[in-house]
Amino acid sequence: MWQKIKTHISESQVWKSVIRHGYPDTRRNRTLVVLSNFFLHLHPTKVPSHSLKLSYTWCMGGLTFFLFLVETLTGVLLMFYYRPVGEYAYNDILALREHVPLGIMREIHRWGAHAMVITVWLHMLRVFLTGSYKPPREFNWGIGVVLLTLTLLLSFTGYLLPWDQLAIWAITVGSNMARATPFVGHEGPGAKLLNPGMLGLEDVPLIHATDDARFVLLGGPFVGEATLLRFYVLHCVFIPLAAATLMAVHFWRVRKDGGISTPTDDFSQKAL
Amino acid sequence: MAEPSQPQTVETKAAAAPVQSSPPAASTKDSPDKPTRRGFFKWLTGGWVAFTTGVGMMKILTVRFLYPNVLFVPPSSFKAGYPAEYQIGQVDQRFKEKFGVWIVRNEEGFYALSTTCTHLGCQPNWLEAEQKFKCPCHGSGFYVTGINFEGPAPRPLERYRIMLADDGQILVDKSKKYQFELGQWKDAEALLRV
Repeated sequence: MWQKIKTHISESQVWKSVIRHGYPDTRRNRTLVVLSNFFLHLHPTKVPSHSLKLSYTWCMGGLTFFLFLVETLTGVLLMFYYRPVGEYAYNDILALREHVPLGIMREIHRWGAHAMVITVWLHMLRVFLTGSYKPPREFNWGIGVVLLTLTLLLSFTGYLLPWDQLAIWAITVGSNMARATPFVGHEGPGAKLLNPGMLGLEDVPLIHATDDARFVLLGGPFVGEATLLRFYVLHCVFIPLAAATLMAVHFWRVRKDGGISTPTDDFSQKAL
Repeated sequence: MAEPSQPQTVETKAAAAPVQSSPPAASTKDSPDKPTRRGFFKWLTGGWVAFTTGVGMMKILTVRFLYPNVLFVPPSSFKAGYPAEYQIGQVDQRFKEKFGVWIVRNEEGFYALSTTCTHLGCQPNWLEAEQKFKCPCHGSGFYVTGINFEGPAPRPLERYRIMLADDGQILVDKSKKYQFELGQWKDAEALLRV
């Protein structure tokens, strides 16, 4: 009876339209599980067992990805209540503690953010210590560095959203660094060179406090409501999309570069 | 779609066969309307120039889009009332929130101090009892003159241009600033003598 139901389900058109392989008890079917799944296909079909050792990988890359998913989920939930307008922002943050069931949703988002910064650094440290940045994985290290920067930018842009004094002045201090951007920051090296006066024309500086890199980041000459909206959009849309795209490339490259690096890389190459 | 056109293709192939055998120059001479290789590349170059110009313009416009045409911020110069409203030794905080300026009167005259800390850009508070400006971010302290004396601030607060308007009110112009370390506090409009 049980066997009959099982066959009936697994032979049905619905089942077969979703799952194209048999039970993963053979090598072929196990490979097909990974190959025929959109989400798993970024992964290698086979992983050396010793590369799964926690003492080797610390699971930091996986934890970082997990935390990214946590941040995405909790972040989207928070977006249902938070309004990035000067009039509402701070009170909406307070309301997230009292006016909704499970008032720790914002806390989860915040702790997750701190944890993600920590795990992404530890992941980088592990990759460095195990020499996993070496050929053929140099390009993936480069992508990883960009992903680290995006993680820090997510942290930075999210920090403004509570719209309290700490947030406003921290972003004031932090964004003042953009003044010193080479060429496009009005106090940066080379900014004075971008001047028609250098070509013998009228002496008008092109880069001011009102048209430099910091201005475009803040949407104004100082941290104001335009900044809040700009950081909100960067935090919720722009940077997560960029990070998700690069993560897909990052994982795919792990597979293409021969899976997670192992101490036996050299041996296998010599054996070949 | 391919099937019905098949006989046609066979026909054109058959027709094209003798043309291929004759020199290509002759064929272009025979039919001037026929597209030539050179004509195609001319068209392609023109197309690419137009396309890259269009894309370039769109990129410029996209960057320009990030800079609004209108900024809803307080004007850079403002009138600050009549000199008689101020007392000697008083730090006036009325214009701190909106314009980021303290107006101070001493025995010599008036000066307009910027409320931007010279360390990392926070806004210090005026502590009346201690007669100093104290920055809450990293603890920089400034005398009432704006000279830094404690904390990490590397230089004194900046002063703005200050003068009398035609109607006798004090006029502060934030577009011109005066820095102590450059000796600019001695300039005429860094201090309004009354």
